[in-house]
Amino acid sequence: MSEIPTDLRYTKSHEWVRLEEDGTVTVGITDHAQELLGDIVFVELPEVDMEYTAEDACCVIESVKAASDMYMPITGEVIDTNQALVDEPDMINSSPYDDGWIFRIKPADEDDVEQLLDASTYESEIADE
Amino acid sequence: MPFIPHTEDEIRDMLSVIGADSIEQLFDEIPAHLRIKKLEGIPDGLNEMEVSRLMTARAAQDGMPVCFMGAGAYDHHIPAAVWQITTRGEYYTAYTPYQAEASQGTLQLIYEFQSMMTALTAMDVSNASLYDGASALSEAVLMAVRGNRKSKSRRILVPTNVNPVYRSATKSIVQHQAIELIDVEFDTKTGQTTLDALKAYEGEDITAVVISQPTFFGTLEQVDAITDWAHANGIMVIAVVNPTSLSLLKPPGEWGDKGVDIACGDGQPLGAPMSSGGPYYGFMCCKKEHVRQMPGRIVGRTLDQDGKEGFVLTLQAREQHIRRSKATSNICTNQGLVVTASTIYMSLLGPQGLEKVAAACHLNTNRLIEKVSAVKGVDVLFNGIVFHEVVLKLNKPVAEVLAALAEKNILGGFDLSSDYPQLKNAMLVCATEMRTDEEIDRYARALSEIL
Repeated sequence: MSEIPTDLRYTKSHEWVRLEEDGTVTVGITDHAQELLGDIVFVELPEVDMEYTAEDACCVIESVKAASDMYMPITGEVIDTNQALVDEPDMINSSPYDDGWIFRIKPADEDDVEQLLDASTYESEIADE
Repeated sequence: MPFIPHTEDEIRDMLSVIGADSIEQLFDEIPAHLRIKKLEGIPDGLNEMEVSRLMTARAAQDGMPVCFMGAGAYDHHIPAAVWQITTRGEYYTAYTPYQAEASQGTLQLIYEFQSMMTALTAMDVSNASLYDGASALSEAVLMAVRGNRKSKSRRILVPTNVNPVYRSATKSIVQHQAIELIDVEFDTKTGQTTLDALKAYEGEDITAVVISQPTFFGTLEQVDAITDWAHANGIMVIAVVNPTSLSLLKPPGEWGDKGVDIACGDGQPLGAPMSSGGPYYGFMCCKKEHVRQMPGRIVGRTLDQDGKEGFVLTLQAREQHIRRSKATSNICTNQGLVVTASTIYMSLLGPQGLEKVAAACHLNTNRLIEKVSAVKGVDVLFNGIVFHEVVLKLNKPVAEVLAALAEKNILGGFDLSSDYPQLKNAMLVCATEMRTDEEIDRYARALSEIL
């Protein structure tokens, strides 16, 4: 059973979202997603300063099995990316919710975070897959 | 790989297995009005004897002229061993077999080819080849648009001294993908792209600049200055290079402070005969940081579970069988056989042999320039060093002169009138290592008789 922390919000496309105290939002992919992908070998990070609309493809995660797009959970501007993933993309496998974070955004509207799935809804989503 | 025909019996057996009465029935679902009954203007089929007769007659029309034409395809000596080995059954296949478990020989050959190309260009990575030089430039432009993520404009600076065929092919391929190719005019005295002409775009969002070395006119560009200028302005650099020249000229991986981002060109000079325009192959090399944007096959070397060396296709997540519509390109194959010939050609010549070929071409072209400069009615159009081609300005229309040279069994050059009408009566002439002093003298004499 994959780990689904209750303090995060989720999307159906398997991104997790954390609203930080400074109003920024950290984004990564879920434990379930990294399990599906298998060993991750490369991450094409989004460009800092780029603005994206919710559900835009913004990032590519390449594993030994496949290359998958990652989608922007909410509308906002990318303010930081996890450069450690350039050399160690497999941190997404070993620590999806912590060291394996992918990018940070300044949301257009903080309240959008609340509209995303909570842990129990996400859990039932993946149970239905 | 043997030729395996289907006999009537086998066809009948296969049809009965799938429960069809005839091959025609397999096409049933295509509505009758969409089927073409006859191809207009295409004559009936010929048997082998008729084809041989026709092609022999056509070849005789060409004669065996002494070739002073280049313009993208070059008359180089190809050691007899090259095609003797290339056409061995083991290499001679209709399609490159990529299964690692069955194709170690082919995969290793492509790996060796890639290694040779990266050595020639001083770049980090090479792919397994593309269709030809023109398609390689088109793919390089698409790759730059994907790769330069800082640029949003999809605007590419393309000097007009880049091979006109490459420019028109690239335009055909990219024009409907919201990519703008901007012509940059060359300096009429030198044939070069000037830094000033490029600086007119400074401050604008430009995705990439193309540099041809040598240019279509044989002249040499200020590659270091242009590369550094481009990088200082966030512009990616695409080099179009003649592989023969790379043994003498600074390779694109060493242009400027950082080297170019993508280098491409046509591989024909390395062991492929001119043969009515093809098949040739395109090559493409890049910096490692751009490898995930590269189109086409890439072969890598690895170890199997027993620790033995093996060769496999690698970085396949770029390609359409994995990425589907988001693949880097719809190109998923390469010019395997011509690449085989090139790899053998480069192996036989070695670095020193390649350098000798390049030096002999340069020397012969300089000899040609010296001889024709003395002919009344001929001017060398651009001043400065050329590699192995030169633009001559004549006092008569080029078509007339070429026709008169053809009468003397000389393929005299490439008429630039239609691609560059502003140059007026200009033709592009080339003397490779194949041209003897006697032939060069004969060429100059023939010109002086005509003009």
